[in-house]
This record gives sequence, structure tokens and C-alpha cells, in this order.
Amino acid sequence: MSRKQLALVIDLNICVGCHACVTSCKEWNTSGWAGPLSDTDPYGADPLGVFFNRVQTFEAGEFPHTETIHFPKSCLHCEDPPCVPVCPTGASFKREEDGIVLVDYDKCIGCKYCSWNCPYGVREFDTKQGVMKKCTLCADRIYDETLSEERRKPACVLACPAGARSFGDISNPTSEVSQAIRDNAGFQIMPEMGTQPANHYLPRRKTKLVIHDDELMRADNPLLKEGELPRPQLSDPFLDDVTSW
Amino acid sequence: MKPAFSVLFLTTLIGMGQGLLIALVAGQFYFVIGSGFEQDSGDFYAKGSAVALVLLGLGLIASFFHLSHPERGMRSIMRWRTSWLSREVLLLPACMGLAALYGLIHWFDITPVLITFGNQKNLDLSMAVGFLLAGASAFLFITTGMIYACIRFIKEWATPWTVVNYTLMGLSSGFAAAAIIAALENALLRDFLAGWAALFTLAAFAAKGFTLWRNKHLPAPFSMKSAIGVHHGHIRQLSQGFMGRSFNTMEFFTHVHPEILHWMTALMLVFGFAAPSALLLAGWADRYLPALIAALPIQYLGLLAERWLFFAQGRHVQNVYYQRAS
Repeated sequence: MSRKQLALVIDLNICVGCHACVTSCKEWNTSGWAGPLSDTDPYGADPLGVFFNRVQTFEAGEFPHTETIHFPKSCLHCEDPPCVPVCPTGASFKREEDGIVLVDYDKCIGCKYCSWNCPYGVREFDTKQGVMKKCTLCADRIYDETLSEERRKPACVLACPAGARSFGDISNPTSEVSQAIRDNAGFQIMPEMGTQPANHYLPRRKTKLVIHDDELMRADNPLLKEGELPRPQLSDPFLDDVTSW
Repeated sequence: MKPAFSVLFLTTLIGMGQGLLIALVAGQFYFVIGSGFEQDSGDFYAKGSAVALVLLGLGLIASFFHLSHPERGMRSIMRWRTSWLSREVLLLPACMGLAALYGLIHWFDITPVLITFGNQKNLDLSMAVGFLLAGASAFLFITTGMIYACIRFIKEWATPWTVVNYTLMGLSSGFAAAAIIAALENALLRDFLAGWAALFTLAAFAAKGFTLWRNKHLPAPFSMKSAIGVHHGHIRQLSQGFMGRSFNTMEFFTHVHPEILHWMTALMLVFGFAAPSALLLAGWADRYLPALIAALPIQYLGLLAERWLFFAQGRHVQNVYYQRAS
């Protein structure tokens, strides 16, 4: 079996674009191991801040035949991350044991070159701390044994009220996330970039009820061919009374 | 992409410095393999190396302004196996060290003969160090160019032409600088250097022109379909998820009026290539010193404009997610 690769699986069919994952991510990570995620002028006219996770909204089609797609995006923890080999200091690395791509803030020199080498734009530079930051897949809580086992998940996964986000090891074919990808045509974004993102998305799925005419009108109704049976005469014997047979 | 002034100065200044070093070594080699036995004075080569050292040093200082943590700068040599940026950080001081050595050898005229060939030509210490220096400078051009050319998410940059352009522009400005020093020092190499400076400027002009044409005909840098995985022919962004700014909306965009891009392109073509090649040709053919001296500062302005445009016109794939504010 291949090496462990933790990842998120996000169901675009479920996501309602409420941004609960965004705020819970910010709250957890700004107050913890990866923080602070600095904000500049947060309540002013020109706010600027660091987020690991953002939800964007797209529209497919033209009115009136439109569809709204809410699209959460955070680091995809690529299996071949282009941002890692280009880092001159080795501050950016992919963890061997679980495949999480992380930044060592103490080694980062703030040259921003890694962000140029990410096609998804998920690395964000913290101007106050002067280092590059990114989603850690909540590396500080998913192994925290002081938490109950079902709470050892990234903050965004726990926060999603609709249950659009799931978390697990995509290299283990029996994991919940692997099954979700297999069963629901899970896909990677920008596969042509060759980064093999670990995070997968599940597509919008429409359930349509198709009713054919012959389901409303019986095509094989024998009455249509043979006609109604003649009504019995009053003088004919009743079945439950007495019969000749 | 957003042009950072530290990077504009870094790449243009070290490019000129490397070009100047290559020009000095090429000039020395030109005399060594020539039929006569004339050679320029050690002073000329030493002064040239000193000017190159200043240029490389200024570039190095400029590069520190690009870092948020310059005190950790030494760490950036760690990943030379995989990162072109790391290789550049290693090579720049190596070039500076070799340039200092080359200059000192010439200044003190320490030229023991290392090898004598069958045709009575000698390889002395200064020429040997010169070859190393030229090799390091040439490789530094490749690393600087590859830092940009290896980013496959910016199609304007991801081409061997990026390396070619960086090299030719460095050689052009470096040879022009060497020609000025030669003219001021009354060195024999003046015509050789001025002629090649004009040639390299014209070559850089042609390469840049081709690159502009190429970049104009690039396919769309991204596709909305693959960006969000929805197979629909008509997708538009309604919201990027926040109303303020973010690193992504600042680092990857240059918010200027399109008119400014046109003016900068004109400035680049005239100041960076057309005017200096004409001036260098005048300085070479007529030995007209003011033209030779004027070429370099004019060209440097043009090269700054070129580098600014290089960044401003690089469209990163991630911009697909930031098509619309709010």
C-alpha cells in the first residue's frame, strides 16, 4: 500500500457556501500552533488578512438556466507539490509520515517564491510575521490525544454544518474518503498541472426522476386488446352463492 | 505578477555585472589567442573587475530587500539540489569571489604560466581564473533565468527564451559597461568591446521582439472548467469570498491602466534596445565617446522598464480564482 496521504474531500453537491469552515479555520489557526494569522485594518475600509481556507462562488450558465457553485479552497496537499522543491531554505516541506505540506516558520526567509509555484493560490504571506503560511490540515489537533477520537479532525471539517467536508487517508482504499471519491466520481482540480492534489472534490449530482408514458398508461393492458368481459346476467349464478363449477 | 523593485534592481544590476566580467575575460582571451602579443594593462582588467564587483554587490544588497527575514538569508543555499533560487544564491557570491580574485591577480600582475601549448601560446593564472569566472557568470545567467523559466504556472515566463533574454540583456549592458571603461582607460579592447556590445544589444532586441510576439499569441492561461471541475462552457465568478484584499490579489496582479503598459513597452523598446544599439554603433564606428558613454544609462532605464513589464505581464494560473472582487 502506498504511503499515508491525509486529505480533505469536499462535496460540492452539499456545500451551501456558509463560510463556517472559513471562520472556524481562522479561529482555530490564529489562536494555535500555526498562528497568529495576522489581520491588517480588520474593521476598516481596506482590510487585509491571512486565511488558510476561502470559499468562492461561481455561476455556471446564463440566466435563467444558471447554477450556483460554492467552491471552498485550501491547500490541496499535492502528492507532487511544486511549491516544495523550489523553496531555497527547505522551510517548505511535505511530511513523510502523513503527506501534509507544511512551512517551518523558523526557516522561512519570506521570499514568496513558493507561492509563485502554486497554481491554486493557496499559500498566503503574513506581512506582519514575514513568513509564508498555509493550511496545516490542523496538524496540531488531528493527533491530539487529549481530544476525543471523533474530534481529532481539522476545524473546518468539524464546523461544516452540512457535512460537506470529510477528512481521511486517501491512500487507504477502505477509508471513508477513498470510498467517497470512488463512489461519487471524486475529482482533482487542475489535474493538467501535474501536481496530483490530494484533496478531492465530489461533483454536483442532480437526481432526476424520469417518468415514461408507459409507466402512467399500461402498454400491456389486456383490456385494451380483449375488451371488457361481458357483465354476467342477473340470472347467472354467483360465485359465492352456488355455482355450476 | 507584481513587480518588486528589489528584484528589478537585483536582476538588472547583476546581469550587467556578469556581462562585464564575461566581456573582460573574452577581451583577455581575444588577445591571448590573437596573432600578436599585445595585451591590455592589468590595471584595466582590475578596474573592470572592481566595477563588476560593485554592480554584483549592489544587486546582492537589493536582493536582501526582497526578503522579510534577511538575517536567515544564509539558509537559502540549503536546497541547491532542487531550487534554482538556491543555486543563484550560491553562485552570486562565488562569482563575486572569483571576480575579486581575477581583479587582484591582474592588479598585482601575478601571472605565472600554467601551461604552454604547442603554438607558443600560454595559459597563465589570470586567464585560468578568468575562464572559471566566465563560466560561473554564464551559469549565473542560467540560474537567474531559470528561476522564472521553471515556473510552469506563468506561461509568459515558462520558456527557454526567458533565459536567452536575461543572458543577452546582461551581455549587452555588461559589454557596454566594459566598453566605457576601456574607452576611459584608453584600452586596446575598446573597439572589440563596443562592437560586441552593439551586436549583443541587437541580438537582445531581436530575442525580446520574438518573445513579445510569442507572448501575444499564448493560449488562455487557465480554464474555469478545470479550476473548479464543473464541465460547463459558461462559468463566471460571483465572489472571491472576501471584500478586502489578500496576498493573492496583491502579489499576482499589477493594477495599472493598460495605457501605462503600452507606454512602458515603448520605453523598453526605445531606451532598452533601439537607442543604445544606435549609440553603441556610433561609439564603435566613429569612436564617438559621448555616444558610447550615453548608451549605458539610457539602456539601464530601458532594462528596468523591461524587467517591470516582464513581471507586470506575467499572468499566473492562480488568477483564475480571483477574477472578481467581493
